[in-house]
Amino acid sequence: MAPNSTPAQPPLTAADIELRLHRLLPRVQKPGRYTGGELNQVVKDWDATRLRAALVFPDVYDLGMSNLGIAILYDILNRQPDMLAERVYTPWPDMEAGLRAAGLPLYGLETKHPLHAFDLIGVSLPYETLYTNVLTVLDLGGVPLLAAERGQRDPLVIGGGHAAFNPEPMSDFIDAFVIGEGEEALLEIARAVLDWKASGGPRPALLRSLAELRGVYVPSLYRVTYAPDGTPDRIEASDPAARLPVLKRIVPRLPPPLTRFVVPYVDVTHNRIPVEIQRGCTRGCRFCQAGMITRPVRERPVAEIVDAIEQGLAHTGYEEVGLLSLSSSDYGEILELVRQVSARFAGRHLNINLPSLRIESFSVELMDLLHGEASRSGFTLAPEAATERMREIINKPVSTEQVLTTAREIYRRGWHSIKLYFMIGHPSETLEDVQAIADLSKAVLAEGRVLIGPRASVHAGVSTFIPKPHTPFQWVPCDTLESIRAKQSLLKRQLRGPGLKLSWTQPEETQLEAWLSRGDRRLGAVILEAWRRGAHFDAWQEHFNHAAWMQAFAATGIDPAFYTHRERPIDETLPWDVIDAGVRKSFLTEDYLWSLQGRTRLDCRERCFACGILPKFAALRREHPSEAWECPEVRSPARPVVAVSVEAP
Amino acid sequence: MTEPERLRCRVQFDKTPAMRFTGHLDLYRALERTIRRAGLPLAYSRGFTPHPKLQLAAALPLGFTSCAEVADMWLEQGIEPAQVLTRLQDAAPPGLAFRDAAPVAPREPTLQQQVVEAAYAIDLGDPAPLDMEARVGSLLASPELRRHRRGKEYDLRPLLTSLELAAPGRLLMQLSAREGATGRPEEVLEALGLDPLSVRVERTALIFAPRASDATAT
Repeated sequence: MAPNSTPAQPPLTAADIELRLHRLLPRVQKPGRYTGGELNQVVKDWDATRLRAALVFPDVYDLGMSNLGIAILYDILNRQPDMLAERVYTPWPDMEAGLRAAGLPLYGLETKHPLHAFDLIGVSLPYETLYTNVLTVLDLGGVPLLAAERGQRDPLVIGGGHAAFNPEPMSDFIDAFVIGEGEEALLEIARAVLDWKASGGPRPALLRSLAELRGVYVPSLYRVTYAPDGTPDRIEASDPAARLPVLKRIVPRLPPPLTRFVVPYVDVTHNRIPVEIQRGCTRGCRFCQAGMITRPVRERPVAEIVDAIEQGLAHTGYEEVGLLSLSSSDYGEILELVRQVSARFAGRHLNINLPSLRIESFSVELMDLLHGEASRSGFTLAPEAATERMREIINKPVSTEQVLTTAREIYRRGWHSIKLYFMIGHPSETLEDVQAIADLSKAVLAEGRVLIGPRASVHAGVSTFIPKPHTPFQWVPCDTLESIRAKQSLLKRQLRGPGLKLSWTQPEETQLEAWLSRGDRRLGAVILEAWRRGAHFDAWQEHFNHAAWMQAFAATGIDPAFYTHRERPIDETLPWDVIDAGVRKSFLTEDYLWSLQGRTRLDCRERCFACGILPKFAALRREHPSEAWECPEVRSPARPVVAVSVEAP
Repeated sequence: MTEPERLRCRVQFDKTPAMRFTGHLDLYRALERTIRRAGLPLAYSRGFTPHPKLQLAAALPLGFTSCAEVADMWLEQGIEPAQVLTRLQDAAPPGLAFRDAAPVAPREPTLQQQVVEAAYAIDLGDPAPLDMEARVGSLLASPELRRHRRGKEYDLRPLLTSLELAAPGRLLMQLSAREGATGRPEEVLEALGLDPLSVRVERTALIFAPRASDATAT
C-alpha cells in the first residue's frame, strides 16, 4: 500500500512557504489559525538546534490550542538548549484544499518548516475520532503514512494520550507509542533520537532503542496471531528489546504547573489558564477510562496552584481559569483551595471554573464561595444514569434524593440553569431506565420552578456509553443502533417544553468511536481506506462521513460488529493486553462481575481494593523516596461502610 | 452613590502584520489581555455582567494592518498617565505596538462617534496594473458607484472622499467612517477591478470630527 496523494515536493524552504502563505491565507476561513506568531510562542534557531520536534494535535487549531498536554510537552522540549518544538494542527478542510492547490506542505507554526523536515513528530491521541486527521496531517506534511514505509531520512512518528492505551488500531501509522504520562518519556525519546542520529545507525536500531525505554510501545516489534474465530490468539514480542506487556509511564511527582501559555490571537475553544489540581481519580466509575488509566491520585499543593494562577494571569492576561481534575470534590484540601483562590482573586473580574464536582450540597457551597458576586450561568451535575439501580451497576452510587437536594441548593443560591449529564446504553439498561432520565430531569426542573419560578431551566446532555479498554466494562457489548435510536426518540418525545433542553450524540458517531476504541491491528487497513474515501474530522458532525467507514469495512472484508456487538469472554485475549495500565486485570474482572450483581465499590479513599497500582510502581517509589506519591490515605474506619459487602482483596 | 473619578486614557497603536488576521472582536480581547498583563486597573461597567470600559475607534477588517488605531480605556484611580504607555509597551503581544497614551476629557462622546473618516494606503504588489492611473480617473469621474453588499444596493461614491495613485504600486484613499455610513476599501478596490485579497491594505489615519461641532452625536 502506498499513500494515494503525496503532495508534490519541490524543495520548499521555510521562506518559500511563508511567502506563498501570504497569498493563500486571506482566502481561507479564520486565517489566524495558520500564522503562528502568538504571544509566548517559542521560536528557536532551526539551524542551531540539534533535535527538531513537531507536536501535533490532530484537530483544528481552536481545539488544539486548548489542549494542556501539548502545551506541557512544548514547554519541556523548548527548555532543552539543543531542542526545539513547534506546533502543528489539522488544517480545516478549506485550508487543506488551499495547501494542496498551492503545492504547500503542512508546516510548523513557529518557523514554517515543512513537517517532513522535523526529526520527531509527536501526535496527541486523546480520542479515537481524530485518527483519520492524523493521516491528513502526515500526508499534507510529506511524511509516509505507513510506519513500515518510512526510511532513514523520514521523521520518527510517536503517539500518546488516553486513546494510546489501545494503540493497536493506529499501529500501522505510528512508529512508537508513549503509554501514560509523557513528561519524562518524551525527553528520553528525543535523546534516543539524537543518539541515533549521531551514531548513523539504521532506523530499526532507533526503534529497538526506543523499545528499551519504560512506557514505550513499538508495535513493529510485536507479532499478533489470530484464532480461527477472529479473536487475538497470541501476542508475542518479536525482538528481545520489546517488553511484554508495556507498563504505562507515570511521573513520581507532578512537576510544577505550566504558567506561560501561548495566547492565541483568535477565539479558541477554551480561552483560559488550565491548572491541573490533581491527576488520577479514586472513584472507580466503571465506564470511565480516565479514572482507571490515570491512577494513582497525585495532588498538587494548594500554594502551588494559587501561585500558578497568579503567574498564569501575569503571563497571559486571560480572564478565565480552569481548575482541572477528574473529580475536584475529592481533592484533599478542596475547601482550603477554594477559600484561598476566592480570597486572592476576588474583584479581578475573573471567571474561575471548578468542573467535575460531586453531586452534593457541599459542591454548591464551593461554587458559591468561588463565584462570589460574579454572575452565575449554569451548574453542571453528572449523575450519568437516572435510576439508583443503574447507578449501582456503573458504580456511581448517588441517591435520587441527593440529586434533588443538590438541585434545590443550586437554584436557591442563584443559578437558573442546571445541566445534567447522562449516558444511555449502559449494560443491562432498559427503557424504564431511560424513561427515568426524562423523569429525573423534569423533577429537577420542578424543584427549580418551586424555588425561582419560570426562570429555572434544565439541560439534559445525554451521550451514549462506549465500552473502553482497561475498564471493568471492557468486555461488554455496545447497545445496538436500533436500541439507541429508540431510547433517543423516547427522550426527544419526553424532554420538550419550556425550560427543558436535550442534546444527544449521533448514534453513528458513537459507533465509530466504539469500533476504534476496542479495535485491533486489522483496523489500520480500515482507517486508511476510510481516510482515502474521504473520512476526516470524524468528531465534527458536519464532516462525519459514515458511508466512507461502512465502505471501508466492506472493502477490507472486516465485520465492524465483531468489535462492538459481541460480549467478549473474560478469558479472551484482548488487543490491548500488550499494555499494562497499572490496574490488575483481575481487579477489572472482579469489578465487572460485581457490576453484574449490582454491587458497588467505595471510593478508594474509604477503603483500598488493591487495584494493583501501588505494587506495580513499587520500584519507582523506591527510586524517588523523598518525593514518592502514595495513594490517598484511607480514612479512619469511623465512617461506617454502607451497602457494600467486601471480600478480602 | 457617586462615581469615583476615573482616568479616561486614549492610546494610539499600530496593528502590525503579526496580527493582520486578528478580527475586530479578537483585537478587543487582545487589548483587554494586554491591559491585564500590564497590571493596569481597567474599570468595569456595573450590573449583572460587568464589561471592561474599553472602546475601539473603528473596526479594522480582517487582513488589514494599521499604523493609526485608537482606543479609549477607563482606568481606576491611582495610575499616572505617564505609566500607562510604558506598561502597555512592556505587555504588548507581537502585533500591537503602542505609540502614545494621553488623558482625555471623561465627558467626550464615544470614540466611534468622533471618528468621521479613515485613510488607507494600499500596496498593489508587483506587478501593479499598468492602467491604474486611468482606472482611478474614471472611478473619480463617476457620479455614482452602485455596489451590492450583503443583499443591499448602495452608492459607494459619496463615501469616497479621495483617491490617488501616489506611486505606480501605491494607492491612497480616504473614506467615510461614520456609524452607518462606512466606506470599505475592499469595495473601492473591486470597483477598480482589483482583487482585494491580493493587495496589502494599511490604515494610515483615523480622522476625528472637529471638537466644537459635534455633528455625529446622535
